[in-house]
Amino acid sequence: MRRDEWRRREHWRRHGHDRGGNTEWIALGAAALIGAAGAAYYLQQQPQRHQAHRPPDSAPGRTARQRTFGRYAVVSRTVTIDRPRTQLYGFWRDFQNLPQFMENVKAVTPLDGEVTRWTIEGPMGRDVQVETRIVEDRPNELIAWRSVEGSDIDTEGRVRFRDAPGGRGTEVEAVVAYDAPGGEIGRWIATIFQKEPAIQGRRELKRLKMLMETGEIATSRNHHSARRGGQ
Amino acid sequence: MRALTWHGSHDVRVDTVPDPEIMNPRDAIIEVTSTAICGSDLHLYDGVIPGMMSGDILGHEFMGRVVETGPKSTLQKGQRVVVPFTISCGSCFFCKKHLYSACDNSNPVENQDITEGLYGHAVSALFGYSHLTGGYPGGQAEYVRVPFSDIGPIVVPDGMDDDQVLFLSDILPTGWMAAVNADIEEGDTVAVWGCGPVGLFAVQSALLMGAARVIAIDHYPNRLALARKLGADVIDYKQTHVLEALMEMSGGLGPDAVIDAVGMESHGFAPDTVLDNIKQTVGFGADSGHALREALMAVRKGGRVSIPGVYGGFLDKFPTGALMEKGLQVKTGQTHVQHYISELLKRIEDGEIDTTFLISHRLPLEEAPKGYYNFKNNQDDWTKVVLKTGKS
Repeated sequence: MRRDEWRRREHWRRHGHDRGGNTEWIALGAAALIGAAGAAYYLQQQPQRHQAHRPPDSAPGRTARQRTFGRYAVVSRTVTIDRPRTQLYGFWRDFQNLPQFMENVKAVTPLDGEVTRWTIEGPMGRDVQVETRIVEDRPNELIAWRSVEGSDIDTEGRVRFRDAPGGRGTEVEAVVAYDAPGGEIGRWIATIFQKEPAIQGRRELKRLKMLMETGEIATSRNHHSARRGGQ
Repeated sequence: MRALTWHGSHDVRVDTVPDPEIMNPRDAIIEVTSTAICGSDLHLYDGVIPGMMSGDILGHEFMGRVVETGPKSTLQKGQRVVVPFTISCGSCFFCKKHLYSACDNSNPVENQDITEGLYGHAVSALFGYSHLTGGYPGGQAEYVRVPFSDIGPIVVPDGMDDDQVLFLSDILPTGWMAAVNADIEEGDTVAVWGCGPVGLFAVQSALLMGAARVIAIDHYPNRLALARKLGADVIDYKQTHVLEALMEMSGGLGPDAVIDAVGMESHGFAPDTVLDNIKQTVGFGADSGHALREALMAVRKGGRVSIPGVYGGFLDKFPTGALMEKGLQVKTGQTHVQHYISELLKRIEDGEIDTTFLISHRLPLEEAPKGYYNFKNNQDDWTKVVLKTGKS
């Protein structure tokens, strides 16, 4: 194996992508869907191997103590859901279902040719629209997407469905990389993204788990008129 | 409706608040007939549990009648039910293992962030017990919205009084699980720290499970008298050196199992308590842990440690040496109420367990603040306060 090939593979292992499977995932941060040309740049980045003298361990690269992803931020989360892969994949693949557990996604509109438009609620009541294209779709295993060129947010992601050991259901792993370009919109999106995608992502996966396992999403609100949330 | 609401340390009031509505398909609305003040409510009353907001409705021991049901509830209007204080979905990995108080799906995701950071994992939801455990409005109210009503509430026969079955909601299963967690064997000596309701039910349960001798430790004469009445020997820690006494009373061996039914606001005179209290007062996130430290020191080698007492933060000066070098086993946790409730209802019906001895005061809901004050400040006489809403 050529050295640069090895390094690329190692990069993907450490960074949670396999080489064919870069795509984009959505939920992590609703807003974080997206994908675009910049993602390709991200994919080609060489990792910074600050501890190259250590043999690689088994952990996903995104959990490394020292990690850089070029100009991209990467958020990820894995959750075990006690439902079969086929059901979870099927639910996710119908993107119209996603707003049920993605709080910030207001609308999902299918456009031509595998492109989907996401209307995402931004701060200060402003919506942002992101268009993504599915770049890989392996039934019952993986859905990957990338934002199309010119999107407000440059992002890619994937969600992977694996059988959990011991009959515990399915491990759902979501990874999203994103890069907010400059400009006013970019700034406020970056503001959310720096703080929020990790939180949003884990909350969304937990809501998906609730919905799939219990048929509802837990709330401690006692009134329909109150603000959404646990207050 | 009227409800007991929290407004700050030692500030609880009965306010008029909006009635709850059905929010999710598995919900039911319960019209409360009886509800109790729990010893763990005093941790909220004292302001040592974080995540409280002004106006929160307290109460996690309650029962009443079903007045409204969601489309997926299995309850029927008019049924009389006791509601577990733990909110559990019944279908997650933990609920399937009957670890109901570890339910993954009951705590709203917005409320999971804090304990995920604090404990490494988000805890499940409880009624009326801070936003760390979900922020669900509690049962010291005229009406309560009960999520997952197909899993939690147990229907009780009309022939049984509220006072006979109310404690199935928390303290009876909690005392019972405390004894279960002590893995009691025939002939065991079991020491129980704290003669509050949970400690007393743990005494009762341990004896039912075959303990030869149960030694209860407290300093309130009336509470020690109740323990003695249940069949325990007692130690008043204000007049006796607990560690020495336990060794002497167990033939120099030490108790086979110890149960800490005190928790994070442990009293006592020891220097560790003084330091703990200072940290607790300045909001250090510290638990006071004299009882637990003493229990770990007292228990025999290879013995069992059961901790039903509530802890929420961190404890220093923890005798890890005793834990390891003596080869101890520790079991703890919020109670898996749904796992024990049917069996315990049967034991009450069969006359094997009586819980009514505990109730010292019955007050109307409107007088709940008085109940809190006295349960806190006159613990010797006020062993258990049951609030009545006037409904039946």
